[in-house]
Amino acid sequence: MADSTPRGPTLEPGWKGFVSDWASDQRVFKNVPWGKAMMWIFLLSDIFIFACFLVGYMTVRISTTEPWPDAGEVFALHVGGQNVPLLLIAIMTFILISSSGTMALAVKYGYEKNRRATTILLLLTALLGASFVGMQAFEWTKLISEGVRPWGNPWGAAQFGAAFFLITGFHGTHVTFGVIFLIIMSIKVARGSLATGRPGFLTKRKGRYEMVETLGLYWHFVDLVWVFIFAFFYLW
Amino acid sequence: MGEREYDAGSYVPPAEVEEMELVHPKTFIGKYIWSQDAKVIAIQYGITATAIGLVALVLSILMRLQLGFPNSVSLIDPSSYLQYVTMHGMIMVVYLLTALFLGGFGNYLIPLMCGARDMAFPYLNMISYWVYLASVLILVAGFFIPGGSTGAGWTLYPPQAINPGTPGVDGGIILMLVSLAVFIIGFTMGGLNYVVTVLQARTRGMTLMRLPLTVWGIFMATVMALLAFPALLVAALMMLLDRLLGTSFFMPEMLSMGETAQREGGSPLLFQHLFWFFGHPEVYIVALPAFGIVSDLIATHARKNIFGYRMMVWAIIIIGALSFVVWAHHMYVSGMNPYFGFLFATTTLIIAVPTAIKVYNWILTLWRGNIHMTVPMLFAIGFLFTFVNGGLSGLFLGNVTVDVPLSDTYFVVGHFHMVMAVAPILVIFGAIYHWYPKITGRMLNDTLGMIHFWVTFLGTYAIYYPMHFIGLEGVPRRYFAYGETTFISDSVQALNAAITIAAIIVALAQLLFLFNLAWSYFRGRESGPNPWHATTLEWQTPHTPPRHGNFGEELPVVYRWPYDYSVPGAKHDFIPQNVPPEEVER
Repeated sequence: MADSTPRGPTLEPGWKGFVSDWASDQRVFKNVPWGKAMMWIFLLSDIFIFACFLVGYMTVRISTTEPWPDAGEVFALHVGGQNVPLLLIAIMTFILISSSGTMALAVKYGYEKNRRATTILLLLTALLGASFVGMQAFEWTKLISEGVRPWGNPWGAAQFGAAFFLITGFHGTHVTFGVIFLIIMSIKVARGSLATGRPGFLTKRKGRYEMVETLGLYWHFVDLVWVFIFAFFYLW
Repeated sequence: MGEREYDAGSYVPPAEVEEMELVHPKTFIGKYIWSQDAKVIAIQYGITATAIGLVALVLSILMRLQLGFPNSVSLIDPSSYLQYVTMHGMIMVVYLLTALFLGGFGNYLIPLMCGARDMAFPYLNMISYWVYLASVLILVAGFFIPGGSTGAGWTLYPPQAINPGTPGVDGGIILMLVSLAVFIIGFTMGGLNYVVTVLQARTRGMTLMRLPLTVWGIFMATVMALLAFPALLVAALMMLLDRLLGTSFFMPEMLSMGETAQREGGSPLLFQHLFWFFGHPEVYIVALPAFGIVSDLIATHARKNIFGYRMMVWAIIIIGALSFVVWAHHMYVSGMNPYFGFLFATTTLIIAVPTAIKVYNWILTLWRGNIHMTVPMLFAIGFLFTFVNGGLSGLFLGNVTVDVPLSDTYFVVGHFHMVMAVAPILVIFGAIYHWYPKITGRMLNDTLGMIHFWVTFLGTYAIYYPMHFIGLEGVPRRYFAYGETTFISDSVQALNAAITIAAIIVALAQLLFLFNLAWSYFRGRESGPNPWHATTLEWQTPHTPPRHGNFGEELPVVYRWPYDYSVPGAKHDFIPQNVPPEEVER
């Protein structure tokens, strides 16, 4: 009665095959560790947060009746007797994008089980990230000393300060958390926790080099979001 | 289908997922308090959600007392009435329904039904519950601070939510917004777990198209929640800044208390868009798990395979996707561009198609089934009634021209309580009667269950049906008292009194249910491992209640879909998912 021929994974062509492939046995994403799958889904959720922030920012920028301050002037640095627009933010952006490069190298050396190179690159990434946050703190201080507040500023729409502090602050918090986890991860790599599969302090999950890649996903995401914030805030 | 069971095969793929590393604590605290076992976390979620839900139930009775018998209770003044409205709505939607369906049933059923030992990230799962508990405590703290909790309505529309004059503007609104943000953080931790477990940690043979619809519903609802809650988080953070720092995200230039407020240029409509971008998917976040669970209840208790399983899955997915493009049907009278109303009315009516497919499929599953009128089945059928009723009144409200006169009347209150409050709650009751034997090893008392069902079900109609008529008269919602109003006829007061009496009776019936839960835990009939003769994996565990790790030494292997009921030629009227084709007794 029952069909006795073993039914292995055969893939039908077209839509049916597409569905049965996605719905296939045990795992949807083959050879993807749980942590990595979780990070991707978390990032998807996080994208919606930043998208809502940016859409909100655009909406208040359109709805406000006051003129919007000129980003070129507000974010200028006074260097050598003249205002250079966007100088600081260009450096910050360069540093953050560079840290994506060092992170990618850390992932590569991690999979090659090169503990020394991975540790150094992770620490370098953390250092670049920390200097980004430091420069952001400098920028905030400068703007605050010039009179920019969340509830108002000398040049125009009050929403400028509100959106600026909220969105860059939220992004800066992301970077800060990233730096903390980069440092934790570099310690794990340095003492060999990932190589020996030593259980984590809190979660008791075994260390694996995939963790470096998972952290890398988060870091690249934070960099990518910055590109959008940069474009919408500083160039518009 | 006559030749062999639908979707059954003897091929067993090699194991791809490695064994989970489970932490087995020895102490009482490790096992039951700081537990990483999804089943214990589920019960923690369930108890917390039920407790806060009871608070919201009491608030609704207080509101009904004022409406039915105005000024008879001196405790209730206009401010506190608004606070009850607000807290009742927010607690019921977010802290009870969302938490109970996803945190409670999700945690208990996903690992068991997928054939996993636990959630993918047990530690994160544990933290998720404790963060949820923190958010509940922050919310409850609102009752005890000076000025009380916020009275802005559960939608928290600015500018009134943070303007002087609204109850709870001093502290209540802050606690509400902080509590929501904390809830979202906690939920995200849990939600990532549910999604990854369904996607990546199923047992051998368990393809997505062999998942019970319960898991499909909870899974899709979790995905939606992960994408919808961000909008609420952003709205909450922005409003928090508006309230605490005096920013003007949502605050236009306006007169407040006879003076020009120090605000200008903000967009109150932005909040409404953000809120309903969360708020409408939220309706389906509580509806989809109910859809899934009710499918399993109906199939199991009608001893028949679910009609159109694949269509049911696709309907869940399509409803989930469409629910993200219908949000502005809550905003027809908000002053947004009228063309938006046209667009959103269209999408709203389109979403009725997959929903209707599901309703037809449930009815066709019942059609000529071997229906057992058990308590879970009664609740499932009760759900069909209230859901169809509420869905049909939704067609009125989904069309702009019909909605405009009905908006903000009791018609709306009747509609959404029927469709997304009582309907999911009935499913929750049915699900508790259904799975209680697995959770405790004992059956709930049937007689008490029957009384509970009939009082709740008939009471639902006694409460919400009259509201539609009151709404058609144009009686607005959220009003403390109506006074002498020409367009409101005298009989409205009589109806309101009747509704209040019905509400009190239904609330008392819930006490009977709680008593049943407690009494049966000690005195209930022993249930055995599979009292309903169900096919899904959670009924096939070696121990009842299942121990940590769920399945003993070896994980089960799945050979078939979850609905092999009354298979022709088979000896028993059900074939569990883990029975290979050659071992089926003929």
